[in-house]
Amino acid sequence: MNAAAQLEHRIDAACRDALLERLRAILNPDSLLVDEEDTRPYECDGLTLHRQLPMVVALPETEAQVVSILKACHELRVPVVPRGAGTGLSGGALPHASGLLLSLARFNRILELNVLARSATVQPGVRNLAISEAAAPHRLYYAPDPSSQIACTIGGNVAENAGGVHCLKYGLTLHNVMRVRGLTMDGEAVEFGGHALDAPGLDLLPLVVGSEGMLAVVTEVTVKLVPTPQLARCIMASFADVEDAGNAVAALIAAGIIPAGLEMLDQAASRLVEPFAHAGYDLDAAAVLLCESDGTSEEVEDEISRMSEVLRVAGATKLRISTSEAERQRFWAGRKNAFPAAGRASPAYYCMDGTIPRKHLGTMLKAIQAMEAKYRLGCPNVFHAGDGNLHPLILFDDADPDSVARAEALGAEILEESVRLGGTITGEHGVGVEKLDQMCAQFDAPTLEAFFAVKRAFDPAGLLNPGKVVPTLHRCAELGGMRVHAGEEKFPDLPRF
Amino acid sequence: MDAALNSLVERVRKAASDRQPLCIRGGGTKDFYGNAPRGEVLDSCVLRGVVAYEPSELVITALAGTPLAELEAVLAAKGQMLPFEPPHFGEDATVGGCIAAGLAGPRRASYGTTYGGVRDFVLGARLLDGRGNLLTFGGQVMKNVAGYDMARTLAGSLGTLGVIVEVSLKVLPRPVAEMTLGFEMDATQALARSNEWGGLPLPITASAWWEGRLALRLAGAPAALAAGRARLGGDAIDGSAFWHSVREQRHAFFAGDAPLWRLSLPSTAGPTGLPGPQLIEWGGALRWTRSTLPADEIRARARALGGHATLFRGGDRSSGVFTTPSPAMLAIQRRLKAEFDPAGIFNPGRMYPEF
Repeated sequence: MNAAAQLEHRIDAACRDALLERLRAILNPDSLLVDEEDTRPYECDGLTLHRQLPMVVALPETEAQVVSILKACHELRVPVVPRGAGTGLSGGALPHASGLLLSLARFNRILELNVLARSATVQPGVRNLAISEAAAPHRLYYAPDPSSQIACTIGGNVAENAGGVHCLKYGLTLHNVMRVRGLTMDGEAVEFGGHALDAPGLDLLPLVVGSEGMLAVVTEVTVKLVPTPQLARCIMASFADVEDAGNAVAALIAAGIIPAGLEMLDQAASRLVEPFAHAGYDLDAAAVLLCESDGTSEEVEDEISRMSEVLRVAGATKLRISTSEAERQRFWAGRKNAFPAAGRASPAYYCMDGTIPRKHLGTMLKAIQAMEAKYRLGCPNVFHAGDGNLHPLILFDDADPDSVARAEALGAEILEESVRLGGTITGEHGVGVEKLDQMCAQFDAPTLEAFFAVKRAFDPAGLLNPGKVVPTLHRCAELGGMRVHAGEEKFPDLPRF
Repeated sequence: MDAALNSLVERVRKAASDRQPLCIRGGGTKDFYGNAPRGEVLDSCVLRGVVAYEPSELVITALAGTPLAELEAVLAAKGQMLPFEPPHFGEDATVGGCIAAGLAGPRRASYGTTYGGVRDFVLGARLLDGRGNLLTFGGQVMKNVAGYDMARTLAGSLGTLGVIVEVSLKVLPRPVAEMTLGFEMDATQALARSNEWGGLPLPITASAWWEGRLALRLAGAPAALAAGRARLGGDAIDGSAFWHSVREQRHAFFAGDAPLWRLSLPSTAGPTGLPGPQLIEWGGALRWTRSTLPADEIRARARALGGHATLFRGGDRSSGVFTTPSPAMLAIQRRLKAEFDPAGIFNPGRMYPEF
């Protein structure tokens, strides 16, 4: 150990003792985890490729306790990493070695269900699906439905601006959240948005939603509830070619139709999930499209017939339309179980999350096929086709370091291809620690610096979930992939004007 | 276009070094809105034109100085529209001004979450900051969580963070058909009914109550409209001119010089009890009020009801037209402003005296 490291270690030890003393005054013994056997379950989130033990785990139960914890950490300059259910897929809740892991799992109460206002105010540890279950007797529900909705929490959904299979029509988390109450790193309570449709001054709600726990610790969320549609029906369409399926998506939208859900599975994905989910997918089709309509029975009848016509013209080889709610659920079961099915078919899988303009879906699929050969790994694809949001599932062996390295390289190449096609490296899973390098490819230096500026405005000390989301310019320069502004060329991006 | 943008960059850099306030201005149709503009005019109309539009992607990208009417005509030609139905307040309204003002029209509070406010449909933006850097936030795709979502925060920022150069917006198909229904009822009944109906799966896309009459707009397939009417009752009335007059504030309610207050409240808040004429939109969430009461009284009433009040037109504007946020919120906003505009040159005072 060199001198600098020894010094850092000593500071950490002294700091740790001071922090623990403060924390013991705030929390019950069962709310404070220090021993390795207790902190081990928190070493990673859904992205298991990255692991790190935290210095300490706190499980507060009240906002006042969170305020005290934040104030203590702020004074002692201890990093804080907030965590919900830990289902995130980008390492956003990866602990900091000399930091406090702040679990909000015990903030699990629905505080108010306001039927007339069609809203629910909940604590951040409430599970996504629990909101819809509580609202169901009033014929209302919470629209965003990420695949992990039985487990993931609303606090985590806010952190990642989570989506799901109904975003095209019903929007992302941002579009379904009215108000977020949060604490800044210095323990100050701030409300973003409100119970009205707008709030005075700059609208910071869109900054907090999707901020991956780097701007504020969420302690309360007010979500919109929407009326449960009278009816939903789903069309399952088969295509002999993935490009035909991609063109069918464009044709539906060009016809003025906004499906409630529009998902695509390629053949490898259908074959992966069918033995598991028995959804009745056409295993001979190159791609299966799930296209849903919801609304009043009149609207659905009208829309299903228009959708069917467009899909036929676009070259669908087979159409099946759900005739009952059970059948509709079965159609979706395959799609929603794609991840568990991948987990069963392979020792490990790595889920990517790029978004591209829909018109490039066919191009992207062919590019991924080439990458499968290059890296000698399988990669079935499920897409939120309506949003152009890809979820390639890279199948690999986590016991084989070479397989892990190839999986990560394949994933990086998919993300870089997404940027090249005019898209983004993450649609709904977040940057976390996973995609820091790809941020260098997507954003130029002044924009990355502006992200740091946003971070400073909320957290001048830089202690809340540090090191996530925004790569340092140094890191990007070392990668060499950054679009650095050249000396004379002031606006390298301008040619597209 | 490079030349026009380059000259704006030079202008911003010089203004920053001279600490010369700039008043960012498009068509000037919203000069009345916010606190009085100050500084030398920086004309964003030099940045004009639709950059990219593919109807099947549901995205349009346009330079800030593009006339709003031109953009809407381009969309209409392909059967699409801006989902937030923005007011123009004049023929010269621009896309940049529309985003900077952040004002949405009657469709703001619709059934479900298909429609929404301005920020809900901003996908990306290019911003010229106070150092003369061109920043690129968001993108041209529906789902994007790479980096903080500054593009959406520009909606309603009144030009205080920088010069909006270009925006990408999500657009939607125009409804197949629309129908407007009229009902006789008082304000209390209208608030109750609007909230009850909002909880039903009916395709309501606008509401307006004025002088004992509630108008509701429904949009969707003709069969769905017929079913909605069967459920709701009411008289079918001619809607298009009416909704336009509400959106553009040419409706009789908006005539005259009495101060016009905009109260943004929870839709379920009870009657405001403020004296003076009132027009209620957004299912109860927007209460336009003509009142000469002191600003403090109106703001206190709005706050007590869970919302905030803005002096939208006329009246005594000396104490600022917007409600000041909480100190903790204001501290963050002030730091954000200082980061993006360190010399304090962009639209000083337009939002708050201290910006």
